[in-house]
Amino acid sequence: MSLLELDDVSVTYRVAEGEVPAVRGVSLTLDSGAALGVAGESGSGKSTLAMALLRLLPRDARIGGRILLDGEDVLTMRWGRLRAVRWAGASIVFQGAQHGLNPVQRIGDQVAEPLLVHGLAKPGQAGERVAELLSQVGLPAWRARSYPHELSGGQRQRVMIAMALACSPRLIIADEPTTALDVMVQAQVLTLIKDLVAEHGISLIMISHDLSVLADVCDRLAVMYAGRVVEHGPSREVFHDPKHPYSQALAAAFPTVGDPASRLAPRGLGGDPPDPMDLPAGCSFHPRCPVALEECATLDAELWPAGDRRAAACVHVREHGRVQEDA
Amino acid sequence: MTAPLEAAEPAAAQAAGPADDHRPARRGLLRYALTKAGGALLSIAMVIVATFFLFRLLPGDPVRNLAQGRNMTPDQLDLERRRLGLDKPLVDQFFDFVGQTLRLDLGTSYEYKRPVLELIGERLGPTLLLAGVGLVIAVSLGLWQGTRAGWRPGSRFDRFSTATSLLLWSVPTFWLGLLLLMVFGAWLKIFPSRGIESVDAPDGFGYVLDVAWHMVLPCLTLVGVVYAQYLLVMRSSLLDEVGQDYINVARAKGLRDDDLRRRHAVPNALLPTVTLVFMRIGFVVGGAVTVETVFSWPGLGKLFYDAISVPDFTLMQGTFMLITVAVIIMNTLADVVYHVLDPRVRSA
Amino acid sequence: MSAITRTRRRQALGRFWDGFRSQRGGMAGLIVLGVAVTLAVVAPLFIDEGVTSVVQNTGPAFDPPSLAYPFGTDESGRSILLMVWWGARTSLLIGFLAALVSVGIGTVFGIAAGHFRGWIGALLMRVTDWFLVLPSLVTALVLAAILGGSTFTIIMAIGVTSWPSTARLIRAQTLAVEARPYIERSKALGGGHWHITTRHVLPNVAPLLLASTTLEVASAIVTESTLAFLGVSANKTSWGTMLRGSYDWNAASAGAWWYILIPGLCILAVVMAFTLCGRALETVLNPRLRGAKA
Repeated sequence: MSLLELDDVSVTYRVAEGEVPAVRGVSLTLDSGAALGVAGESGSGKSTLAMALLRLLPRDARIGGRILLDGEDVLTMRWGRLRAVRWAGASIVFQGAQHGLNPVQRIGDQVAEPLLVHGLAKPGQAGERVAELLSQVGLPAWRARSYPHELSGGQRQRVMIAMALACSPRLIIADEPTTALDVMVQAQVLTLIKDLVAEHGISLIMISHDLSVLADVCDRLAVMYAGRVVEHGPSREVFHDPKHPYSQALAAAFPTVGDPASRLAPRGLGGDPPDPMDLPAGCSFHPRCPVALEECATLDAELWPAGDRRAAACVHVREHGRVQEDA
Repeated sequence: MTAPLEAAEPAAAQAAGPADDHRPARRGLLRYALTKAGGALLSIAMVIVATFFLFRLLPGDPVRNLAQGRNMTPDQLDLERRRLGLDKPLVDQFFDFVGQTLRLDLGTSYEYKRPVLELIGERLGPTLLLAGVGLVIAVSLGLWQGTRAGWRPGSRFDRFSTATSLLLWSVPTFWLGLLLLMVFGAWLKIFPSRGIESVDAPDGFGYVLDVAWHMVLPCLTLVGVVYAQYLLVMRSSLLDEVGQDYINVARAKGLRDDDLRRRHAVPNALLPTVTLVFMRIGFVVGGAVTVETVFSWPGLGKLFYDAISVPDFTLMQGTFMLITVAVIIMNTLADVVYHVLDPRVRSA
Repeated sequence: MSAITRTRRRQALGRFWDGFRSQRGGMAGLIVLGVAVTLAVVAPLFIDEGVTSVVQNTGPAFDPPSLAYPFGTDESGRSILLMVWWGARTSLLIGFLAALVSVGIGTVFGIAAGHFRGWIGALLMRVTDWFLVLPSLVTALVLAAILGGSTFTIIMAIGVTSWPSTARLIRAQTLAVEARPYIERSKALGGGHWHITTRHVLPNVAPLLLASTTLEVASAIVTESTLAFLGVSANKTSWGTMLRGSYDWNAASAGAWWYILIPGLCILAVVMAFTLCGRALETVLNPRLRGAKA
């Protein structure tokens, strides 16, 4: 049985001007011990989806569908059960660790907090576990007495990771964990995440706009656009041989270092992501799509099979079906 | 076990071990406190100088200005002038004044014919009692209600709190006092309308109760206007904090709403609020003057008011300086305390 | 001003007005203000200074509200209604002028403190901070007592003691504006102090000034009435003076509740109106606050 199963999940915000569908009918599965990457531009709904997994969205958000964590539907959980699952069942490494830590509390207290909340340690006795967690992310134990502003950005992100590991969750959701960091520090943090996940057998959902990072760290990759999954499959395959025109554009946006052809190849996509309140009819990508057909403006794009455990929501995939052998 | 990755981090951060972690911070605090104290002394010096010039150099003949409404012959005016030392050259007057002030010789009151310092000593107690109790109530109530209102913005409690705060803030202190005086003092006759004690006050605990009974209306008036400010400030501070990421992180950890508020939002919101509360202590002082006047509460504020209405030149000067210096000292204290409380500032 | 600038300014004004209209508190305040100012302005068409004359008015003393005297009479038989109507002119005028003085001084100090770096800016900040610490009411009382309580003196006393908070606000805004790249460009092109402060900083700071001034008027009216109540104002007609009268003549024990209630309600209404307007202006001009203010 899979660890996490999203069944037709949708998130709609209610605002003064109407309703904003941030996530529309997403279905994904994640096996125990596996790593899934979710890619997309800002506004694609990926962060909203991550927040929805633990019902961390604001009150005016309506979540539909089912989110099964270890067989239990998060959306129908009672409040007490939800709080117990939060962090102990699944934890989050938030985007932008600059402000993710309480500025007037010491690091150690903040890492120990989930332990105390979930009854895994008594007050005053969490020190050992905190030191252990800090050393796992490469920070010396005495750092527990520091305040967030005394740490660099990379150190703070590592504290966030240590915090996420505290209750030994089965799933970690990493929302753009390296976006605000320097390139060197990015590499360190990614290596850390990969090692920890492998070592502890934790399942991982990583969200990023950087396809290459996801291809490196995750087993499977899902690409989101305008609130929908437009392609998913094994990460290497999706990265090197994307089927959906949007994934192709996303993958092409990152140049292959050392390949002169890629330097000169046209890159980037014209236009902007669609306004969620004013989505185009048919396939939401068709206004920007370089290979759009007439029927794309009216056809509702579903995820059609595109190979072994692969799918893409594009008419061309439906036509050609299985993966074409390429040079 | 992943090897320590700190080789990439700045060496300084690695060198500072647990032992010498806090000593530089404590030295920094001392240096900060001394700097602030120096600043306070400078401000106080400026107050003394400004007081001198204010009372002597402003347009018009100060004696004639202050004698307005009273008929005085030129001889009487001259006598007054000499009594106040206004016939000496300005420089002499200035140094006399500074010397006297530093010796705490604030002159003799024209109206009461007693040393100003003595009068101040007598009236200090009632003011500290009234203002002290009033502040404690205003701060506690304001911060508590502001927190509750800010935690659930838009709720009925919030809208009610904000509306009443805006209303109270727009009310002139003295008018609120007059209303309370009218309703509870004159009509319902529950509370006394003036003074600090009854003529036939009992001794011991009965006396304490008597004073407390007299304090209800003035205290209520003072609290009424002041607490509204604290409420609004705390509310907006809390709203600022709630929008921060770390609150969401804490919520994701499985914290209850109450704990979230108590352990994360409120401590952070409290810091700027407390600072603002102390920065506006001048407002409380003004309120005390008004309240004491309306209810004839025998404190420093009433003394100051008497000095102004007579007008008693020397008394006015002395009380003005004292009040202003007290406010400066309180502000400096607040600054240093904030510095101690906020870890971000502490180690800077 | 070119046609494009004119159109853009008009559009911005239209957007601003739409935003302001959606603020219910602000609109309510604006209406009250409109009524108050209109009444104050047209007063001389109906009444004159004579309403405060003790000699001319021969109504019964402390008469409760009736058809003849809708707001009752005071201790000398003067109609409270006519007196608050006439007094509106004084209170509103003094409040408005005092606010102008306060914001004027505050703006000059604020922009200067933000614009000039080095010791000039530091000195200006020091002076501002010192004035900020001074208890404003106490200082205003002393100033009024020494200078005499003429209208001009009262206005100056209030203005001189309330400018520091505006100065700090303006200084912060000036620093923010001057950090923008186009200011650097202006300086590189040879823009002098005067040019930068008046052509660049001032227009950017102007919206903030509008909100500040509105709130300052509210505060000034309260201060003026307090000064009048405490007896340092020579003015005979303001609402504060009327309340002083009610206190002196023991209106409370005489049961003349109208004498205490009416002038005070006038102050409250006007001050609240200015405060609501000011807060609405702040909200409209700073979208970040939109959710925060209830």
